[in-house]
Amino acid sequence: MKILDHNELFQRPEYLEQFENKRQFEGMAPPEKVREISEWTKTEEYKELNFARKNIKINPVKACQPLGALLCSGGFQDTLPFVQGAQGCAAYFRSHLARHFKEPSVAVSSSMTEDAAVFGGMNNMLEGLENAYALYTPKMMAVFTTCMAEVIGDDLNAYIRSAKGKGTIPEDLPVPFAHTPSFVGSHITGYDNMMKGILSTVTQGKKGEPNGKLNIIPGFDTYTGNYRELKRLLDIMGVEHTTLGDISETYDSPTTGEYTIYPGGTPLADAADSVNGVGTIALQRFSTAKTMQFIKTEWVHKTETVTPIGIKNTDAFFEAVVKITGKPIPKDIEDERGRAVDVMVDSHPYVHGKRFAMTGDPDQLLGLISIIMELGGYPAHIVCTNGDKKFKAQAEELLSQSPFGAQGQIYTNKDLWHMRSLMFTEPVDMLIGNSYAKFLWRDVGTPLVRIGFPLFDRHHLHRVPIIGYQGAINIVTSIVNTVLDELDRETMHTASFDVIR
Amino acid sequence: MVWGPVKDQITISHGPVGCGQYSWWARRNYYNGQTGINTFGTMHVTTDFQEKDIVYGGDKGLDAAMRELKGLFPLANGIGVLSECPVGLIGDDIEAVSKQVEKDLEIPVVPVRCEGFRGVSQSLGHHIANDTIRDHILGKGGILEEETPYDVNLIGDYNIGGDGWSSRKILEEMGLRVITQWTGDASVNEMKIASRAKYNLIHCYRSMNYICRHMEEEYGVPWLEFNFFGPTKTYESIRKIAALFDDTIQANAEKVIEKYKPVMDAVIAEYKPKLEGKTVMLYVGGLRPRHTVGAYEDLGMEIIGTGYEFGHSDDYKRTYPVMPEGAVIMDDATSYELEEFTYRLRPDMIGAGIKEKYNYHKMGVPFRQMHSWDYSGPYHGFDGFAVFARDMDMTVNSPTWDLVRKKK
Ligand code: SF4
Ligand code: SF4
Repeated sequence: MKILDHNELFQRPEYLEQFENKRQFEGMAPPEKVREISEWTKTEEYKELNFARKNIKINPVKACQPLGALLCSGGFQDTLPFVQGAQGCAAYFRSHLARHFKEPSVAVSSSMTEDAAVFGGMNNMLEGLENAYALYTPKMMAVFTTCMAEVIGDDLNAYIRSAKGKGTIPEDLPVPFAHTPSFVGSHITGYDNMMKGILSTVTQGKKGEPNGKLNIIPGFDTYTGNYRELKRLLDIMGVEHTTLGDISETYDSPTTGEYTIYPGGTPLADAADSVNGVGTIALQRFSTAKTMQFIKTEWVHKTETVTPIGIKNTDAFFEAVVKITGKPIPKDIEDERGRAVDVMVDSHPYVHGKRFAMTGDPDQLLGLISIIMELGGYPAHIVCTNGDKKFKAQAEELLSQSPFGAQGQIYTNKDLWHMRSLMFTEPVDMLIGNSYAKFLWRDVGTPLVRIGFPLFDRHHLHRVPIIGYQGAINIVTSIVNTVLDELDRETMHTASFDVIR
Repeated sequence: MVWGPVKDQITISHGPVGCGQYSWWARRNYYNGQTGINTFGTMHVTTDFQEKDIVYGGDKGLDAAMRELKGLFPLANGIGVLSECPVGLIGDDIEAVSKQVEKDLEIPVVPVRCEGFRGVSQSLGHHIANDTIRDHILGKGGILEEETPYDVNLIGDYNIGGDGWSSRKILEEMGLRVITQWTGDASVNEMKIASRAKYNLIHCYRSMNYICRHMEEEYGVPWLEFNFFGPTKTYESIRKIAALFDDTIQANAEKVIEKYKPVMDAVIAEYKPKLEGKTVMLYVGGLRPRHTVGAYEDLGMEIIGTGYEFGHSDDYKRTYPVMPEGAVIMDDATSYELEEFTYRLRPDMIGAGIKEKYNYHKMGVPFRQMHSWDYSGPYHGFDGFAVFARDMDMTVNSPTWDLVRKKK
C-alpha cells in the first residue's frame, strides 16, 4: 500500500487548491509584494540595514551556559547533573542534547517556582539534592544554575554547605558547582565554568606522587567519535592518559535491553588523580580558558592548547604530546599522516579556489579555516556569534598566514541572518555549519556541509571523528563529495556526464 | 506554544539566548509562506540579554529591537514578545513597551509572560496565551469579505506535520467554510476574525478551552469538541459536527464518509493483521493520551496505560470513559516511574516524548514520539490515519528490535 507522507501529500492538487483558497482569510500581502520584498532582502542596501541593527539577534549560533555545564558533567562517571532553576530549562537542555546525540540525556532540576523568586532557591535546592541523591544514588552531583537562580542571587556554595551540614546529603559526596548565568557568554563558557568547578573539587587535597599520565580536556566537543579517536591515537603512541570529561560512553552507549542512568564518563578516581599528571592538553581554547588558567597555577605542570583539526593542527597536537610525555611518534601515526595528505592531494582539484562561508563555535572554526586553506579553498564569510575579540584576533592572524586567507572576514557577535545577507551579496560556493544553517541552504541554495553542533537533521555524523589525521580524511571526504553531488545535480541535463573523478 | 505558530507575526524570545535556541525549529507547526519575508515561524529572534540588561532592565532594548525588526521585515503583521524567566524577576514592564510600539508601528504587539517559574506547568502558559489573544487580537478588526452560515473555526490544531490541513480538508468537503485555523498555519488576520464564525470546532481541548469559553460568552459562538484521530472517531465527529448544521451539510457528511470508508477499510485491512492485540502505553501532553485511543483501537491495538504531563482534573474526567477497563492512568510520572510501569506492564510499544525516547531505545522497547509524530505525520483526518497506521506498524514490527540481545 502506497502511503503518502507530508512531503508528497501536501503537493497534491486538492491540497494546493486548499492552500490557495485559504489565502482569502489570511489577509497577507499579495505575491507581487512578497516577491518585491524578497528581492530587496538580497541587496546591498538591505545588508547595510541588517548590519546596522544593535538590539536583536536573528538566528544566532549559540546556546546558554548551563547547556555546556550539562555536557561537561555528563563526562564524569556516576555523576548526576543538577540544575538549580526552573524545570523548563532542564527539559530544554536534555531535549537539545538528546536530539543531537540520539541518546538519553540525564539531569534533575530543583523545580524553582514563584516561591523561590521571593524567598530564594535554598529550600528548592536542599529538597532537590536530598531527593535526587536518594532516588539516583550518584557518586557525585554537579550543580549549575539557570538565569533565574542567577538573577535572584542564589549562593550555591552556601547552600551546598548547608545541605551537608544538615546531613541532607553525605558530607563526603563531591558536589562541585558552577555559576552559569545565561546572560554571560555562551554554552562554551558554561562548559569551562563547570569543568573548573569539577576539577577543583575532585582534586582537592590529592596532590601527591606523579602518575606519569597525560590529561586531555576536550572542551565543548559533541563528536563522540572524536573522543574515541583520541583514545585510539594515544594508545598507539603508548601514552597513558586521562580524558577529563569523557562523554563518549555517556552519549554513545550500547543498546543492551537495559537502560542505565550512568553509562560512562571519566572514573572519579582518575579525575582526582589528574592533578598528579605530567601535563594537560586542552583541545579547545575558548571553552577551557578558565580551567587551563586554574591548572597552570594550581597544578603546576605543563599545559598546551591545540585543536587537532586539519594536518598542521594535528602535527602541532602530536608535537605537544611529544613535548609533554617525551614519547616518540610511532610509524603508524606517520603513515596515517601520509594517508591524510594523500587524500588532500587527490581531492584538491574539486576544492581549490572554492569560496566557503562558515559558522560555529570559535575553536572549531579555527580548525576549519585551517583545513580549508590547506586544501586550497578560500574561507570567506566566517560568522561566530559567540566569538570574542581574542578569537577575532587569532582568526585574523591565521588567515594572514596563507594566501588562501586573503578573502576571509571574521564576524563576531553576528548571526545567521547577517550571514544570509553576506551570502546573497557576495556569494560563496559552499557553506559549513550546523543543522540550523539549513535555512541558508533553503534560502540561498548554497550546498551545506554539516559540521558543528547541533546536528539534528542528519544521522550519526557526531560518531565520525573530525580530529586527527583520520578526522581530516573525514572532513575532506564530506566536502569533496558534497561538491561532486552538487555538480552532478547541476549537470544532470547537460553533456558533462563524468563518472570518473 | 499557542501563540508561536501564528505565521506572519515575529515571536521575540525576550531574555537570554537559551530558551529560544532550544525551541528553535523544534515544533513542527507547518505553514505556507516565505520564511523571513512574509512568514517567520522557523526563525529564532531574541533580545539576547547580557549582564547590563539584567542590571539596568531590558525595556529600552526591547523597544529598539521591535523597531529594527519592523524595518527589516516590513511584511510582519504582528509581534509577539515571549518574556523569559529573568524578565519577570527584574521587574521590566514589557506591557507598557508593547503598547507604545503597537501604537507607533500600527501592528499588534502582544506581550506574553511565559516565565516558567510562574506555574507548575505548561498549561498555565496556555491560559496566559489565551488571555493575551483575547485582549489584543480577537475581534479587533481584520478582513472577512462576507459571512456565511457555514463559517467555522478550526481550533486547537497546531498543524504538526500538516495535521490541520488534513482536518480542514474534511471540513471543507462537508461544505463548511473554515475561516480560521488556530493556530497551526494561522495568520494574524485569522486570529482577529475568529469571533465572526458560527461555530468553534475544537480539537485540543486543553490548550484552547479558555478562549472558546470566552468567545461563547462574549460573541455567542458555541463550541464543539471533536476528534479526527482514526476513522471510527472521525466518522462520529463528522456526524456530530454536521448535526449542528442543515440537511445539505448532513447529506454531505454522509457522502464524505461514504467516499473515505473504503479507503480507511483498506488501510485497516493492511495494518490491523500486523497490529491486532498489541499493547500500547502513552505518556504525552494535552489531548493525545485521550484522543488517540480510538485510532489505536481501529488498528486492533489496546491501550494499557496512559498519562498526562500537565493534565487537569477535567482531562482525567474525560479520559476514564474512553479507557479500556484495567488500564493504568498516571499523572505527572517521573521517568523512573515510567520505566517501572514498562517493566511491569510490558507494553508492545510506548508513545511519549523526546526526553523518554532514547531510554526506551536502550531498553529495546518499540517507541514513537507522540508530540512531533517522530518527524512524520500528519496523523489527523483520513489522510493522516494512513500515515499513523504505517508508522505504528513500523514501530512495533521493525526487525531492529529483535537484534537487541537482552540479558535474560
Ligand atoms: S536562557 Fe535562562 S531560562 Fe532560558 S533555558 Fe537558558 S537558563 Fe533557562
Ligand atoms: S518558561 Fe522559562 S525556560 Fe521556559 S521558555 Fe519561558 S523563560 Fe524559558
